[in-house]
Amino acid sequence: MFAFSVRRVAQAVLVMFVISFIGFAIKYAVGDPVRDLVGISVSVEEREKVREQLGLNDPFVVQWARFLQKAMQGDLGMSYFFKRPATDVILKKAPATLELVICSSFIVILVSIPVGIFAAVRPNSWLSRFLMGASIVGVSIPVFLTAIVLIYIFAVELHWLPSYGRGETQMLWGVWDSGLATADGLQHLILPSIALSSIMLPLFIRLIRAEMKEVLETEYIKYARAKGIAPWRVLIVHAFKNTLLPVITVGGVQLGTMIAFTVLTETVFQWQGMGFVFLEAVERGDTSLLVAYLVFVGAVFVVVNTVVDIVYGLVNPMVRIASRS
Amino acid sequence: MKTLLEVDNLTVRFSLRAGEITAVDQVDFKLQEGERFGLVGESGAGKSVTGFALINLISKPGYIAGGSVRFQGNELTALTDEQIRRVRGNDICMIFQDPMMTLNPVLTIGTQMVETLQAHRSISTKEAKRAAVETLRKVQIPSPERRLRQYPHELSGGMRQRVVIAVALITSPSLIIADEPTTALDVTIQAEIMALLLSLCKDENMGLILITHDLAVVSQVTQRIAVMYAGRIVEVGATDDIVKHPRHPYTIGLLSALPQNKPRGQRLDQIRGVMPTLLDIPPGCPFNERCDRAQEICRRQRPGLEWKQHGGRVACHFVE
Repeated sequence: MFAFSVRRVAQAVLVMFVISFIGFAIKYAVGDPVRDLVGISVSVEEREKVREQLGLNDPFVVQWARFLQKAMQGDLGMSYFFKRPATDVILKKAPATLELVICSSFIVILVSIPVGIFAAVRPNSWLSRFLMGASIVGVSIPVFLTAIVLIYIFAVELHWLPSYGRGETQMLWGVWDSGLATADGLQHLILPSIALSSIMLPLFIRLIRAEMKEVLETEYIKYARAKGIAPWRVLIVHAFKNTLLPVITVGGVQLGTMIAFTVLTETVFQWQGMGFVFLEAVERGDTSLLVAYLVFVGAVFVVVNTVVDIVYGLVNPMVRIASRS
Repeated sequence: MKTLLEVDNLTVRFSLRAGEITAVDQVDFKLQEGERFGLVGESGAGKSVTGFALINLISKPGYIAGGSVRFQGNELTALTDEQIRRVRGNDICMIFQDPMMTLNPVLTIGTQMVETLQAHRSISTKEAKRAAVETLRKVQIPSPERRLRQYPHELSGGMRQRVVIAVALITSPSLIIADEPTTALDVTIQAEIMALLLSLCKDENMGLILITHDLAVVSQVTQRIAVMYAGRIVEVGATDDIVKHPRHPYTIGLLSALPQNKPRGQRLDQIRGVMPTLLDIPPGCPFNERCDRAQEICRRQRPGLEWKQHGGRVACHFVE
C-alpha cells in the first residue's frame, strides 16, 4: 500500500510539472499583460520598465523556474488585473463552480443509474429504444446550445426559472459562498446544472446499460436466479454492484472533464465561478491568473483520480487484496 | 418409495434468427425420492437445458414449448414467477459447472449464503449466519467462521465448489441438480467433490440429477441414467445394466470409446461423424447418419422411447 501511494504521488507531481510547463508555454500566445495593465498614454520606455519589473524579459526557462519555486510554497503569482494573489481569486470563485459540478453529478447519478439499468433489462421496449436514441442526440448537442435552449424555454418563454447569475448566496463557515443555502440560490442552480449534466448523462446511461447487459449474461447472475433470490436483489446487489467498477473508473475522469466544461456553462449563464474568471483572464491577457487556473484545475484532476483509485479498491475486493500484500 | 419428480414430454425450443430449434425434444423420465439419476450425453445434447427447464430457468430466446414437470405433485411449468422463485434454491437447488464463474466476485461467501436462506425463510441474519457456518462444516470447509467474511477469489477452485454445494444444502432441498459439478476442477479434487456430494445425498436422502459427459463418474454415483442425443433421450435404465449391456447403438458407441474397455495398445473405437447441429436434425432417427445398423425405416420413422424386453426403455427400431 505504501509503495502504491508513493508511486501515485510521484506520478501526480510529474503530471503537475507537465501541466505547469504547458500552461506557461501557451501564456505567450494569449496576449501581452503589459498592454492591458498600462494606459494608452504610457511611453515605450515606461512599458519596458514595467516589463522588466515583472520579470517578463527573462528567458522562458528562468520565468518557469521562478514560477515553480514559488508554486511549491503555494504562491501561484499575482493576477495582473485583480492585483491580488491568483490563488485568492480562484479560491474565492471555487465554491460556485464546485456547487455547479456537484449538482450536475447528482443529476447524472440519479438519472443515469435507473435509466441505464432499465435499458439493459428491457432492451427491446419502445421506451429503451427512445431513451437510447435520445442519448445519441444528447451527446451530439454542444453544451452551450443546450444551455441557450434551456434558457429560452424555461426562462424566456415559461418564466419558471432565472436565466443567469447565482442569485442570492450565503456565506457558510466564513469561507464558502454558497448558493445551496437559499431558495433563490437553488432556483438559479437548476438550469446550469442540467445544462452541464447534459454532456455526461448520455455517456453514463450508455455505459451503465452496456456494462449491465454484459453482467446480466454471466453465470453468477443465472446462479443467483437459480438460488431463488428476489429479482430486485439480483438486479441491484448482484448485477449493479459489478457494473460499478468500470462506472467509477470512467466517472472519476469525467468529473475532471466536467470541471473543465464549466467554462462554457458558466459563460452562458454568467455564473461567477472559476470557468468564468478563466475566460475573463483570457480576454484581459491576465496570463498569471490563466496559468494559476490551469495548475489549479490540474491539481483537482489529480486529486479526484487518486480518490477514485481508493474508492475503486473499496468496491472491488480483488484490488484490496492486491494492495494489502 | 414416493415419486419426487415426473417429467413428461418436456420440450424446449429456441427462436433464433436462423430458425426455430428444438433443444430438448419430448424428454420424459421419473425420479423417486432420494434417487440419484444421471443425464449423459455429448456437449450440445440438451442435458443442461433440460436441467434448467426443470426449474423454468430458460432465458430468452428459449422457451418451454410443451410437456410437464411435476415435482412433489405440483406442476412447475404452470407456476407464476413468484411461486417458481420459492421452489428454486429451496426445494430444488442447482450446482453449476464452474465455481470460478458461479459465485459473485463482489459479495462475500457469507452474504451469498445468508441471502439464499433469507430468500426462503424469515430468519434473522444472525441465525442465518449460524446456519451457514454449520453447513460449511458439513461440506468439510476448515475454519468456516472466517470463510464467511472472505470473497470467492480468496478460495481455491475446490473450496469454491464446496461453498456452492453448501449454498445448495443450506435450505435442505429434496432435489439437487448438479450440472457438470466437477468438470472445471483438478482431477485430484474431482473425486473428493464427487464423493462428498454422494455422501451428502445419501445422508440427507436428497434426490440428485447429475448432468455429465463423464461415464465413469455417472456409473459410480447414480442408480439410473438417461442417455441424451440431439435433444432426445435415446436410452433410460438402471446404471449398472446400461454400462454393462448398452442396447442403443449410440450408447454402445459411447461405451466402446472408453479407454478402459480396450486392451492396452489397441486403437480406441470412435463413433463416426459428429452430432448434427440442432438446426438440421435428420428426419427419422436423429442418429441414423452415424449408425451402422441404420436401415430404410430409420431415415423415415422416428423410433419412440419404448419399454424393451430387458426392462429398460430404448429409442431404436432394432432393439427388441
